[in-house]
Amino acid sequence: MKRRDFIQQSTAATALLGLGGLGLQSFSSSAKKITILHTNDVHSHIDPFGPDDGRNANKGGIARRASLVESIRKNNPHTLLFDAGDIFQGTPYFNYYGGELEFKLMSMLNYDLATIGNHDFDNGIEGLHAQLPHADFEFVSANYDFSNTIMDAHVKPYKIFIKDGIKIGVFGLGIQLEGLVDKNMYKETVYYDPIEIAQDMSRVLKDEKQCDLVICLSHIGYYYKNAPNKVCDLNLAKATKDIDLIIGGHTHTFLPKPTISKNSVGENVLVNQVGAYGLYLGQIDFYFEPGKPPTAESTTIIV
Amino acid sequence: MTVKQILQLLIILLLVSCNQDFHLSKVEGKRIEINDSITTNAKIEAFIKPYREHVNNNLDSVISYSVDTYSKNDGELNTAIGNLMADAVYNESNPVFNKRTGKNIDFVILNHGGIRSIISKGDVTSRTAYEVMPFENSVVVVELKGKQVNKLVDYLAAAKRAHPVSSQLQLTLDKNDTVKYASVNNTPINEEGTYFIATNDYLYNGGDRMTFFHPNDSLYVLDYKIRNILIDYFKKKDTLNPKRDNRFIKINN
Repeated sequence: MKRRDFIQQSTAATALLGLGGLGLQSFSSSAKKITILHTNDVHSHIDPFGPDDGRNANKGGIARRASLVESIRKNNPHTLLFDAGDIFQGTPYFNYYGGELEFKLMSMLNYDLATIGNHDFDNGIEGLHAQLPHADFEFVSANYDFSNTIMDAHVKPYKIFIKDGIKIGVFGLGIQLEGLVDKNMYKETVYYDPIEIAQDMSRVLKDEKQCDLVICLSHIGYYYKNAPNKVCDLNLAKATKDIDLIIGGHTHTFLPKPTISKNSVGENVLVNQVGAYGLYLGQIDFYFEPGKPPTAESTTIIV
Repeated sequence: MTVKQILQLLIILLLVSCNQDFHLSKVEGKRIEINDSITTNAKIEAFIKPYREHVNNNLDSVISYSVDTYSKNDGELNTAIGNLMADAVYNESNPVFNKRTGKNIDFVILNHGGIRSIISKGDVTSRTAYEVMPFENSVVVVELKGKQVNKLVDYLAAAKRAHPVSSQLQLTLDKNDTVKYASVNNTPINEEGTYFIATNDYLYNGGDRMTFFHPNDSLYVLDYKIRNILIDYFKKKDTLNPKRDNRFIKINN
């Protein structure tokens, strides 16, 4: 905040000094850095895998993730921590406590936002609603309409964060529940086509709300090899514009590094997913420089 | 407009343009593995501890004893572990169903793939039930016409797998894998009769291509998880000693 105060003061001084050159040079501030951290499909994996586990021995564990997030936040206070759904189901912690512990711990890690996965309905929509008091973070979903359910007013389509003066719009997308989750569980939740909703959301966040960054928190899955036309993150990236980052989930896709996709107008979109069970933390750093971009495609992407 | 107002307007314009005059210059993305090189956060660990102890004490307390190790691969058309599961579902669900409806379950069918682990010789705990049945599926009872029950029998004959069925069903295949004899409670299946078949919600909804549950006359949802059935069943039995038997067999003549 101090930096911004300084910039504002110097701006005022410039304006008072002269009407001519508008004094843009006076914004001689250094780059701003926004860090996005993310998990997906943690599936109640609170404890690390044991030393004898056949696949993930000694990996994961939320107490370690807490240390990692804390140290990243210490280096960069302009950090946001997101989860892309399927927080619930996978260890007896969920069966015993119904998600209470998952939400309490995520709150202790200062998660900023999450979207809703299909397994988050595993104790019914009532079961999800019952755990909301334990979550100090909010949920976004733009393509689930909860109007006729107990979750009405508890889930927003998007949320806007302002970090170091940078405006970050984040919207959520969920997977089609019919055929995947028992109707008795999701009740009157209405699903809308993620691509149409995302096209609208990106317009709202970019054009109307003037966000500097637009992020989609998605639980629709990365890609379906056997159904290449099925709606998924890669197809979503192609069919939309003005989205900078899609953070995915559902397919438990362990991407060694984020995928760089092209959107409908040929611009880059990052798509990332960090598998499942809290084995990895995704980190995307966005750097902003003062002044207008020298050329249209001047952003460097390093993955 | 006074000079002061003009200046104020200019300042506002400048502030706005200042906001917009940052551009995205660079993006860096990576993943960080969470492993034992990262320090455990003591505060988080302390918070989890009582939950973990409660869950582990509960899961690891001994509720039965298994006289042998049972696997779903120990038999062609029926296995000891599958018979145990189907009979457990019958024994635990029927009182609930009977109390609600005054009727009785005729038999139970589950699927071979739904047995997710062996039961090891020795102490049996709730954790055993979690291993055998990690999913949240629960019991439903479907009212089916005899005609549909025959489709169920044909499915079993064609699948030639040890899909668990409870002891009330007797199914014998001949050497050509066609149904030689099929009875429920020692009575041949009556095409016009009505039967109450217990299964789980996954299979009812067509899992493992079990399409014979539709059409049906009614559906009763018991809200009783298969895993909880196993836990309740284990608690009632001092020892588990299930057997492969003749409920679903093939004879070679």
